[in-house]
Amino acid sequence: MANSMARSFLQVAATEEVASPLRVVQIEGLVILKIIKHCKEFSPALVTGQLLGLDVGSVLEVTNCFPFPTREEDEEIEADGANYQLEMMRCLREVNVDNNTVGWYQSTFLGSYQTVELIETFMNYQENIRRCVCIIYDPSRSNQGVLALKALKLSDSFMELYRTNSFTGEKLREKNLSWVDIFEEIPIKVSNSALISAFMTELESDSPVTQCDYDRLQLSTNPFMERNVEFLIECMDDLSVEQQKFQFYYRSLTRQQAQQQSWLQKRRAENMTRKAAGEEPLPEEDPTNPIFKPLPEPSRLDSYLITNQIANYCNQINGVAGQSFNRLHLMKALHDN
Amino acid sequence: MATTETTVLQFSHSSNTLSAKVHPLVIFNICDCYVRRPDQADRVIGTLLGSVLPDGTVDIRNSYAVPHNEFSDQVALDIDYHHNMLSSHQKVNPKEVIVGWYSTGTGVTGGSALIHEFYSREVANPIHLTVDTGFKNGEGTIKAYISVNLSLGDRQLAAQFQEIPLDLRMVEAERLGFDILKTTSIDKLPNDLEGMEASMERLLALIDDIYKYVDNVVEGHVEADNTIGRFLADTVASLPKLSPAAFDKLMNDNVQDHLLLLYLSSITRTQLSLAEKLNTAAQIL
Repeated sequence: MANSMARSFLQVAATEEVASPLRVVQIEGLVILKIIKHCKEFSPALVTGQLLGLDVGSVLEVTNCFPFPTREEDEEIEADGANYQLEMMRCLREVNVDNNTVGWYQSTFLGSYQTVELIETFMNYQENIRRCVCIIYDPSRSNQGVLALKALKLSDSFMELYRTNSFTGEKLREKNLSWVDIFEEIPIKVSNSALISAFMTELESDSPVTQCDYDRLQLSTNPFMERNVEFLIECMDDLSVEQQKFQFYYRSLTRQQAQQQSWLQKRRAENMTRKAAGEEPLPEEDPTNPIFKPLPEPSRLDSYLITNQIANYCNQINGVAGQSFNRLHLMKALHDN
Repeated sequence: MATTETTVLQFSHSSNTLSAKVHPLVIFNICDCYVRRPDQADRVIGTLLGSVLPDGTVDIRNSYAVPHNEFSDQVALDIDYHHNMLSSHQKVNPKEVIVGWYSTGTGVTGGSALIHEFYSREVANPIHLTVDTGFKNGEGTIKAYISVNLSLGDRQLAAQFQEIPLDLRMVEAERLGFDILKTTSIDKLPNDLEGMEASMERLLALIDDIYKYVDNVVEGHVEADNTIGRFLADTVASLPKLSPAAFDKLMNDNVQDHLLLLYLSSITRTQLSLAEKLNTAAQIL
């Protein structure tokens, strides 16, 4: 009996090794409030912090978090930051908070978070924690009555490519990876303890209008739109620089191929004459010749990230424009009345 | 000297603290700590962080729990922990200083005076916040106190806890939406358009209410209230007076601007997907 039990436990352990994919991130209301407080207080500076919680099957529970001090480019301070992190974890453990890192959060400005740094941080975290998540909060969008909270992770196929650092066209085609597949957004669930739920029900004001409604019905979205379009244009410039890099690459590639062809023809003609003269033919390849050196293909990572950002800005513009239409028509109806 | 001979009982009331503001995060934090308290403990205590506003109001913005042990008449506070946590918090936000301490439960107990004395050494005039997590009166009472020293000459006799008005700053919670914070579990965050819809529905309901009220007054069912009437008149007057033609022009201009932006963004997206196909599909040989 005990034996079979042990085996079944082993079996369970073995089956659990095959990690079920992460489906939902469950965040406590406390964590959301903490993130918002930290990000808002320091906005427009961008800040980060650590998420603590539990990894339960396909659900990642985020039960607490703590902010990082604003980073400075100094090694001494960096070591200090590591100490701070350990100290904070130790302290939180003493008051029975889950001290299990599950990822980090960061603020962003207008959703411009798709950067190489983010990916690098992700890879760093991923080395230590099998499943980690990044929560992105946008204070600028929250002023419009939207809870701009997003949970992201890198897709597995992208991570594999990133590890081998092979972002050539061929590899990407092989994996069938497009710019949409770099980040995966995970649905967020919010949970609160019964105690908090009771308190909030108690404390909810009777007023029929909330701050959220005021924010949403605000008519002036122009500054927001303007900045969005500005960023969009900047991204377009970046993208065209990337495109030029590729054009340059292709041009030099075709030139090289033409050179190779002409060299090959010359060599063949030479071989023919040698054959006629009864001599050994020369090899048809010459690795020492500089024209056979393969040209390094520029990485497509940057252009992918820029594309991602452009798509993001487009989405935001679409969303805000849609809302503005609603508001305008509402305004018209009110005025007509 | 006359003053030394006549012993006067006096309140040393040095504070001009009028009220305290509490942010919802603090309440959340306290509740969370209470849920995670150690086995035998029946209450949790902790430090309140924040700042004193120029008008004397104490703004309580953050908090952390401090482990403690309570026996019949003595309290052991983990002072090291308190200092470690404080320095960690100050690294992140140096503007937040100690403003007081909190404890769960109703009212002030004997041990509270001791803890309060400790915090008085950390900061002048600390605030004592109590949160009734047990819902003893059937409601979650949150109260703030300051302590007033009752002294006889130079000798301290006792400390009296005086309740001060407390303002719950729920604006941030409102921004988030009570729906999210009230329920124990919500599956999906509302997106922009859903939120917009909810807001519009609420606005419409409010307008309907006003119509009903005005109609009732006009028909004589309800007695007219001058303050409400004036308020309504002010609200209507606050709409800018525009001629229909000017309004139409304004409206159309705005709609066209947005349409243009929409068009631009969709064309960009189309371009992107096209470029992607070309970039990855092109076979180079």
